[in-house]
Amino acid sequence: MIVIDHLTKRFGKQTVLNNVSLEFRPGTVTAVIGPNGSGKSTLMKCILGLVKPTEGSVVINGRNALTDVRCHADVGYMAQIARYPDNLRASEVIDMVKGLRERTADVSDTLINAFDLKPHLNKPMRTLSGGTRQKVGAIIALMFSPHSLLLDEPTAGLDPVASQQMKDQIEAAKSRGASVIITSHIVAEIEELADRAVFLHEGMVIHEGSVSSVREQLEVLR
Amino acid sequence: MMRLLKYVLRDISRGRWVLLYFLFFFAITEGLLFFTAGEAKTIVGLMNVVFLLIPLASIMFGTLHLHNSRDFIELILTQPVRRSTVFFSLYLGVSLPFVCSFLLGVGIPALIHAAAFSPAIITLLLTGAALTFVFTSIAFYVGIVINDKAAGMGLAFILWLFFTVIYDGALLAITVMFQDYPMEQPTIAMVLLNPIDLARIAVMLTVDYAALMGYTGAVIQKFFGSGLGLMLSVTSLLLWIAIPFGIGLKSFNNKDW
Amino acid sequence: MRLTYMKPTMIIAVMLIASAGTANAETITVSKNGRFTSVRQAVTSSQRGDVVYVEAGVFIESNIVIRHPLELRGRKGAVIDGSNTPGTLITVKSDSVLISDLELRNVAISYVDDNAAIKIVNSKHCEVLRCRIFNGFFAIYLSNSQQCRIADNYLKADKGLESNSGNGIHCWTSKDVYVSGNIIDGHRDGIYFEFMNRGTVIGNTSRNNLRYGLHFMFSDSCTYSRNKFIQNGAGVAVMFTHYVQITDNTFSDNWGPTSYGLLLKEISDSHLRGNLFDGNTIAIHGEGAARILLEHNVFRNNGYALRILGNCFETTVRDNTFEGNTFDVTTNSVNSQNTFINNYWSSYSGYDLNKDGFGDVPFHPVRLYSLLVEQVPSSVILMHTPFVNILDLAERVLPTVTPETLVDSKPRMSAP
Repeated sequence: MIVIDHLTKRFGKQTVLNNVSLEFRPGTVTAVIGPNGSGKSTLMKCILGLVKPTEGSVVINGRNALTDVRCHADVGYMAQIARYPDNLRASEVIDMVKGLRERTADVSDTLINAFDLKPHLNKPMRTLSGGTRQKVGAIIALMFSPHSLLLDEPTAGLDPVASQQMKDQIEAAKSRGASVIITSHIVAEIEELADRAVFLHEGMVIHEGSVSSVREQLEVLR
Repeated sequence: MMRLLKYVLRDISRGRWVLLYFLFFFAITEGLLFFTAGEAKTIVGLMNVVFLLIPLASIMFGTLHLHNSRDFIELILTQPVRRSTVFFSLYLGVSLPFVCSFLLGVGIPALIHAAAFSPAIITLLLTGAALTFVFTSIAFYVGIVINDKAAGMGLAFILWLFFTVIYDGALLAITVMFQDYPMEQPTIAMVLLNPIDLARIAVMLTVDYAALMGYTGAVIQKFFGSGLGLMLSVTSLLLWIAIPFGIGLKSFNNKDW
Repeated sequence: MRLTYMKPTMIIAVMLIASAGTANAETITVSKNGRFTSVRQAVTSSQRGDVVYVEAGVFIESNIVIRHPLELRGRKGAVIDGSNTPGTLITVKSDSVLISDLELRNVAISYVDDNAAIKIVNSKHCEVLRCRIFNGFFAIYLSNSQQCRIADNYLKADKGLESNSGNGIHCWTSKDVYVSGNIIDGHRDGIYFEFMNRGTVIGNTSRNNLRYGLHFMFSDSCTYSRNKFIQNGAGVAVMFTHYVQITDNTFSDNWGPTSYGLLLKEISDSHLRGNLFDGNTIAIHGEGAARILLEHNVFRNNGYALRILGNCFETTVRDNTFEGNTFDVTTNSVNSQNTFINNYWSSYSGYDLNKDGFGDVPFHPVRLYSLLVEQVPSSVILMHTPFVNILDLAERVLPTVTPETLVDSKPRMSAP
């Protein structure tokens, strides 16, 4: 459960998020959509603690996400572009994250098999293709079976097989009761995965509701 | 902190820059010790190279590395880790491999040729290590505050130029301008404020170059040989590490990624 | 090498024989259980031309005064020790006295009298040979004496303070003194000449002395050859003197804020040839030096090789080697009235197109920075900074400030 309350973020004079209040409920996949510069990634980063909001609050599972880094222990995040230390092996990056969370990840082996990463585990990250690095990102986001899952363009860069695997994983997360937030440009994908959509424009929530209702709204805007 | 530091250290140590850095210092030290006999001259020659290269390499690599690690830093920050822990780990992870490869690069040939470290070599190693920490601190601050990579690298280079050349030019201009006044105390104060000058004077004093410097040399020797001088020098170097590190850490903690 | 020592030695030997020529010379022996148990007793009882032998043993005494020609010789292990007795050990007040093979030690330190191990006063044709003097205060002291020879002695003092140390070989108002093959260590000045004429100093080693290895003033027409001056507090000083020959000496490791390899102050018409200057703070400091010829010397690893002040003139510097010095030449003046030619400079970067062994581009040995240091002493703090190196490089490419006349117009491509 992620609760965002009156969230505002200004960079200097520019207001990127304007008084955004949202709830992301367990067992729900929410798509955050909107044109470039609408504040999608800033919203994600506020939830993740990467951007400090000017006003408002973010509460993840009852913990204040702005002050308590422990709440990240139950959040999985997959970035749009994945870059890792050049000279670490894929397996080391995964081990490092496990170390940081101070826990083992029971499903990591299953995920490694599912994404077919095994042949690449011992290669340095710099030698891996963008798609393979993306798979590492997916495994890191998913391996602790978190109750909050934030995925920035989750299927971009993945091959069709991995892409389908990713979708299956999202479904699985949803069915075990995770709050999932995704951003995507692919309408079909949103319709396939999301239960609910939030449309952002110039830092404000223009519309919030079922995917189809947001789509209708979009048609109107055009 | 070790959980993260371990991996940063592994990443940096496996990189080719640390190896090149080691090989460079090894070759230059071995070359100087092999071809020259006079120890003081060797040390001064080595010092010229070391105090030019360490600040340059530390500030450029530090800034570059921080820029290149942005995505990785974002990933780490979404984990349940405090930001200051991340900053400390990155800082030590970058500076320690470079300090080690400098210490080994200069230290191994020195040991081969002398069997024991002279006070001059020890001073050179210590000040070189200190300068690595100083300029990595500055580099991290630049890397955090300047978001644009090219602009960050540019500023890093200008800062290096400032500490290596421009500052000394200004110092010279001031001593010439005020040559009718006793300038020993003000110049000592200015030396204390520039970590590279401070390191240079420290090494030159251990090889007794003060003798070359006439009256000024005697004043410098007296000051830096005293307990107060030593304390102020060490304090100055530590502050040069701590202050950029401190403001870098503060910026890091408040930064929007 | 030894042959060159012979000539003056023989002259003095002949002079000695001529003046000492007595027929019935006796041999007197000083020993612990013989007729004479003290050297003073024996010397007092001796006749003109006698030979006094001192047998092995430590004789605690001082104030031995020799008033007639005599030979005072030590057997192996003969020691005269001045412990707890004031005054000079042996005073020579007669011509033609020879002192040899004695060990002399522990001369009383005095702040009033120049106590010595051997003092030669107002005498001619005296010799001090192969003596070993430990803590002699003034070890060998000559005043107003002529045609004397001090050779192959070993003089060692525990380095104390300048105020309670004396000189190793101290000569003043004397003529034709020949000092050779001595080793002098730990005194105030190793060799000290004042108002000496035609002194010759050859093959000595003067090291670890508190002040100067060799210090001479108002001593014209002296020759210094093949000596080694090493690690002396202030190096060697030659002052207020004319017609000096300084050849084939080594000046090395005289390092310190007030140390020189060789200080030339108010010197004229002198010749320096074939000397090696290695590892000195300032190899040669010239102040008011005129008409000096400096040739075939080697300056290596010095702080300043040649510091030649504006009041030096008509000095010629040629065929020398300058290698690895921090500063090759410095001066405090923009005008130079001295000539530099055909020297080898390791910092010369010119070329030799016609392959005649000489560079085609003149060399300016004065660095801009060294000139700056002379004028603004506190700028010395920037020594070895990249800024200063850039400054010097710029000046070398485009000379604007450094003295135009101080130039080696035909520098060598390799050491002569």
